[in-house]
Amino acid sequence: MRIRTAGVVALFTLALAASGCGGDDKSDKPGAGASPQAAGGKLVIWADDKRTAALKPFTDKFGQENGVTVEVQAVPNEDLQNNFVTVSSQGGGPDVVIGAHDWIGNLVQNGAIDPVQLPDEQKATFNETAIKAVTFNGQLYGVPYAQENLALIRNTDLAPEAPKTIEDLVATGKQLKAQKKVTETLCLQVGQKGDAYHIYPLYASAGGYLFGTTANGDYDPKDLGVGKPESIAAFKKIAALGEKGEGVLKRSIADTNSTATFTSKKCAFLVSGPWATADVKKAGITYDISAVPGFAGGKPAAPFVGVQSFYVAAKGKNKALAQEFVANYVAKPELAVALYQADPRPPALTAALDQVKGSDPDLAKFIEAGKNGQVLPAIPAMAAIWDPFGKAEAAVIGGADPTSTVTAAGKTIAGSIK
Amino acid sequence: MSMPLSGPESAQQTPGRGPVGSGSPRTSRTARNHAPITAAGLAAKVILLGLVAGIAIWAAFPLVEAGQWIGLAVLVVTTAALFYLYAGRRHVPAKYLVPGTLFLIAFQIVPVLYTASTAFTNFGDGHRGSKDDAIVAIESSSVKQVPGSTQYPLSVATTGDPATGDLVFLITDPETNTVSVGDTGGLRPLDPDAVTVALGGKVTAADGYTVLTIGQASARSKDITDLVVPTAGGALRSSGLSRAYEGKAVRAYDAGCDCVRDSDSGRTWTADGEAGAFVATDGERLAQGWKVNVGLSNFTRVLTDERISGPFLGTLVWNFAFAIGSTGGTFILGMLIALALHSPRMRGTNLYRMLLILPYAMPSFAMLLVWRDMFNTDFGLINNLFGLGVDWFGQDWTARAAVILVQLWLGYPYMFLVATGALQAIPRELTEATSVDGASPWQSFRAVTLPLLLVALSPLLISSFAFNFNNFNAIYLTTEGAPFPADNPSNGATDLLITYTYRLAFGGQAAQFGFAAAVSLFIFAIVAVVSAVSFRRTRQQEEVYA
Repeated sequence: MRIRTAGVVALFTLALAASGCGGDDKSDKPGAGASPQAAGGKLVIWADDKRTAALKPFTDKFGQENGVTVEVQAVPNEDLQNNFVTVSSQGGGPDVVIGAHDWIGNLVQNGAIDPVQLPDEQKATFNETAIKAVTFNGQLYGVPYAQENLALIRNTDLAPEAPKTIEDLVATGKQLKAQKKVTETLCLQVGQKGDAYHIYPLYASAGGYLFGTTANGDYDPKDLGVGKPESIAAFKKIAALGEKGEGVLKRSIADTNSTATFTSKKCAFLVSGPWATADVKKAGITYDISAVPGFAGGKPAAPFVGVQSFYVAAKGKNKALAQEFVANYVAKPELAVALYQADPRPPALTAALDQVKGSDPDLAKFIEAGKNGQVLPAIPAMAAIWDPFGKAEAAVIGGADPTSTVTAAGKTIAGSIK
Repeated sequence: MSMPLSGPESAQQTPGRGPVGSGSPRTSRTARNHAPITAAGLAAKVILLGLVAGIAIWAAFPLVEAGQWIGLAVLVVTTAALFYLYAGRRHVPAKYLVPGTLFLIAFQIVPVLYTASTAFTNFGDGHRGSKDDAIVAIESSSVKQVPGSTQYPLSVATTGDPATGDLVFLITDPETNTVSVGDTGGLRPLDPDAVTVALGGKVTAADGYTVLTIGQASARSKDITDLVVPTAGGALRSSGLSRAYEGKAVRAYDAGCDCVRDSDSGRTWTADGEAGAFVATDGERLAQGWKVNVGLSNFTRVLTDERISGPFLGTLVWNFAFAIGSTGGTFILGMLIALALHSPRMRGTNLYRMLLILPYAMPSFAMLLVWRDMFNTDFGLINNLFGLGVDWFGQDWTARAAVILVQLWLGYPYMFLVATGALQAIPRELTEATSVDGASPWQSFRAVTLPLLLVALSPLLISSFAFNFNNFNAIYLTTEGAPFPADNPSNGATDLLITYTYRLAFGGQAAQFGFAAAVSLFIFAIVAVVSAVSFRRTRQQEEVYA
């Protein structure tokens, strides 16, 4: 009995000690990460891996200058939006998030981000399209730092002249194919389920549109362009380039092999964005960048312009500091240049673009190629477009009847827009 | 909740319990009480229980912070019960049963109940939080800068202690350079001699006020965001910690009419408790909605929506074909190889076994992507190797054959492994006896080996079927449901029910978790029925051959 009582006493003492340790562990954690003078608040930023590394020196500096702790947490880009919305609806999460501007519609409908108030003179320091992209329902929801759009990258050894129209491009490509210099005319990723983003310049050039615009210039989800006669006409032109037509657009060229096919010199033209240039350079290809050509006599081929942006989380613990960071600190050229070096996309801040333009001529060419571009719609209804539109594209390129295919896609999209 | 449970389970395996457990399980109570307490056993017990307590305390803080009193009560009761159970020496059977039961509750029953309860709501994008959350979101996203108003350099100050005192805004008019102090009562000008203004207009010091540093101010973030200084045109609010703007909340909630009113346009949106959204008379909805109970409407939608019920039957048939084809194909192939390697005349069996297990050892995630690329029409290995031009994923039957082929490759090593194990358990005397009786090898296989194999492997085959029935990755990482009929982009030839519903629930405008939960309950019902029937038949079979 004696041993037993002693054992129980010892057990409880130790259990309490152990639980004490557990408690200590928790309180230690924030302390360990904090800089010594950080008596003030803490700012938590979510970004993807690449940007996290680029941000770190600047956030550390921001923290030191202001006596606050800044923590940058890397979240994979494909999970970022979803994770953010989920934790935000639980009332937690980061103070600042970095992501693409077409998330805005969904983030706003879930009450996950707050508007940012920038004075007009500060807005003027950004590229106009970039500011337009982060404006939603008349409110500025983010501070942009980079923008991107598709362009035509061509192998200048094979095709010295930039094609002015798709017809020019096809003619050059066919000639090269006949000379056995290439096996494909054009590397434009389609895949089995299509790729609405990459086909959009041609769709727009052929006269199609996705959403009409309201009086104040916002996209209008009630005016859906897919399924309208213009879109059918546009898809007929795309079908003519497809597998049963010219064989320029093919489902076998997909996101996984499009750039690789170009870098292995199997095609002379690649439709892609700034993210592809690193691979092209690495492969040692002499290249030039121009706008995606449109159909002869058609509208200009308008690529989507996407913007990367900083957002202030609505449920953040430290909103005032987050606003301070996003509205007053992010808009500095040095930060934009550092982010450019981590991931070479043209900065949205005009001053930063001017700084890096000299050392990287590609940037100006991409901006030039996006001159006719349209802001990628950020309205939640856009999410309903991607999948059906892409599949319709893939089907039409594979030889399906454009009229019935596009009409059905339009019905599916309209059915899932609230 | 799940974490604190991990401790006690391993407590069962502590060496200290060894001497007790090694006795007869029916040892009398007195004998048990006099079983020696070893130091190692005691230490292990103490450490594990301490860990339980530690984790419980660690989990308690966020629960208290969030005001989750029910969760806290569950935590406290569970922890107390664990201590009562393992600190004492009685209730030996419970000591063995409780960890497993707790895991069962935490990882099986709670998720199923949660899914079932979600199925009756409209939970999804735009309907995640409560009505109050939606109102806050609507109001705060409608705060607009008053047109033509200026933005002011801002300093946050206090008359009291920086950490607790009431806050005021010190703002400088950029045109006149006059400094004003603002609090909830409004703006008052300050004596220009009493303030120091830095270049750019920020007030750095003011008589009678302590100007907060950014560090101090950031610690009081909520007080600063909540401070609104009324002005003639709207109200001054902070934009960060160094700038203030004159803004106006255009939309406000009116509890009287239970509606949101826009002061600019005069429009109103009335709360619709059934839809969980504010709806205008013309049907326009505000994007920010809230979660409400929608009863059975998710279930009726599955049954009545043409887009869902139309292709449902075809998809179900293919789903069964896929699950049976994958399970049956891998079983037959795996078993044949196992039989071949089981033959005593076979040499180098170990080498073969090692090679055969390779596909099983590779991550299926990556392998599925590799196979997808191998089936590419123009660049894929398969067409290039055989000189074919087949558009594998572009035609219904080739795509179906391709995904089953991939499943076969991924799955046969598993069947090979279990079949090898089961074959070794079948006594050779039985097959020898049949050959003595003059049976051909085929007859002996049919009459003896196969039935005995099936008795051992049936449960595995059923679970493999259930797994393949919902094998999301197998489709989503290869064909993604393709090929799709040109006139229906929502249902493809290789779509399983699970990939199909994933597209319906998450592929549209927004994620619809409530709807997805309802469909998964339907799938659950199908799989449960098939499994229950199969298990019943297996039991009958076991009775025959046991």
